[in-house]
Amino acid sequence: MGAIAGTERSPRLDASGGLLFGGGPEGDAARGAALRQLSRPFGWLAWVAVVAFIGDCVRIAYFTPIEASQGPAQKIFYIHVPAAITALYLAFALMAVASVLYLWLRDPKLDRVAECAAEVGLAFTTIVLVTGPLWAKPVWGTWWSGDARLTSTLFLWLIILAYLILRQAVEDRAQRARYSAVLAILAGLLIPFIHLSVYLFRTLHPQPIVLKPSAPSLPSEMLTTLMISFATFVLLFVALLRARYRLATIADLVEDGASSGRAD
Amino acid sequence: MTPPAVTPGVLAAAWTIARKDLTVELRTRAAFLSAAVFTVLAAAIFLYTWDPTAVAAIDLAPGVLWVIFTFSGLLGLNRSFGAELADRAIDGLLIAPISREAVFLGKALANLIFVLGVQVVAIPIVVLFYNLSLGWGAVAAIAGVAVLAATGMVAVGTLFSAMAVNTRLAELLLPVLALPFFVPVVTAAAQATVLVVNGRPLSGALDWIRLLVAFDLVFVAACTVAYPFTIER
Repeated sequence: MGAIAGTERSPRLDASGGLLFGGGPEGDAARGAALRQLSRPFGWLAWVAVVAFIGDCVRIAYFTPIEASQGPAQKIFYIHVPAAITALYLAFALMAVASVLYLWLRDPKLDRVAECAAEVGLAFTTIVLVTGPLWAKPVWGTWWSGDARLTSTLFLWLIILAYLILRQAVEDRAQRARYSAVLAILAGLLIPFIHLSVYLFRTLHPQPIVLKPSAPSLPSEMLTTLMISFATFVLLFVALLRARYRLATIADLVEDGASSGRAD
Repeated sequence: MTPPAVTPGVLAAAWTIARKDLTVELRTRAAFLSAAVFTVLAAAIFLYTWDPTAVAAIDLAPGVLWVIFTFSGLLGLNRSFGAELADRAIDGLLIAPISREAVFLGKALANLIFVLGVQVVAIPIVVLFYNLSLGWGAVAAIAGVAVLAATGMVAVGTLFSAMAVNTRLAELLLPVLALPFFVPVVTAAAQATVLVVNGRPLSGALDWIRLLVAFDLVFVAACTVAYPFTIER
């Protein structure tokens, strides 16, 4: 909501809790109505996602068997893996696809989608990078290893961060959209190269690394928990994306209101 | 340079722009000198933070070489479009009857020659400081790897330089944008250099060379196509 507070003609809350602009043309009335509708970004979906997440945690902690060789530490798997897959295959993919479409169609909504996917993706990638070392320490005996997936996740995180820093550094909205779309598309091309380089690094220099324990045949109870976690993270992603998108829409509307106010 | 009577082709126009940038650089030598001095200083700092009894020179030198390449390259790239801001020279370039791809390729070509010039300084310095004994074949192999690596790095770096100068953060933004893209290049180049420095043939690093060539093809093409999208006014 910082963007709202920072605009020259700051909007004020009316009695019903919606946002209105001081003065201005009739368009502001419609804008005010739209803002009122948007002013609660966390809709019912967010609450469903939060409840689902709490339920998921309970299921992981109390209703899933403890893995024989890793002990309770393995339970982080149900958070780590769904977060990683949601970040890479939903958030990052959405960011790249929306960016390609933006350069083609020039619809500001697509730029907003890319921005919001990046921010939510950053949160999910951060979860991956925090839970990864927490899991690795008891199981691999080290916080950090040069594992291919670990390294490419770290660079994914850094690129999303760079993307958001770039967005902060450009004032003009159209220019910001173009620049960030170009970066997101190039980043999409880069990820395979980073993964390949880290993969080659390992095959050329074989080291006694403990490979990530794959789970080819999960017991059905664990598989069910994993699937519930997946569904929860996808739901959480959609809810956060929706909320963040509404905020971005408000910020753009406020910016429009401020600039049209100046033009009067 | 008299303006040509007809609209030049893309490559001819690119070469004209590259020659302009290189002429400016040759006359001032400001950026090249600072990049060269930076290279020597960086090599010296690595030398004095190095414990020869713990790590053999032959193990450390390739890493040092590529860390220095990475950062000295950034020094040159920053200036590439920054120099066009004065007197709004960039507007002149964009108004010229040449394609924007040609502007990008010209800038990138000048940057490539600049970065290769810095590498000509960096390689002997590292060889000297770390007492490497390299034959001519090894030097040629390292030079080849350097050209391949510099091409991809310069393509990406030139594009981001064009973007970074128009942002609030200006040159502070370039490393943040460019360094993640340098990672696969530097990894591949350093691993190939390790083989060469250890006296083994470059054919052992064929996978790394392939990676470098693929990176060059993908990113020279992608950045040339992407550059016009960053302008539009």
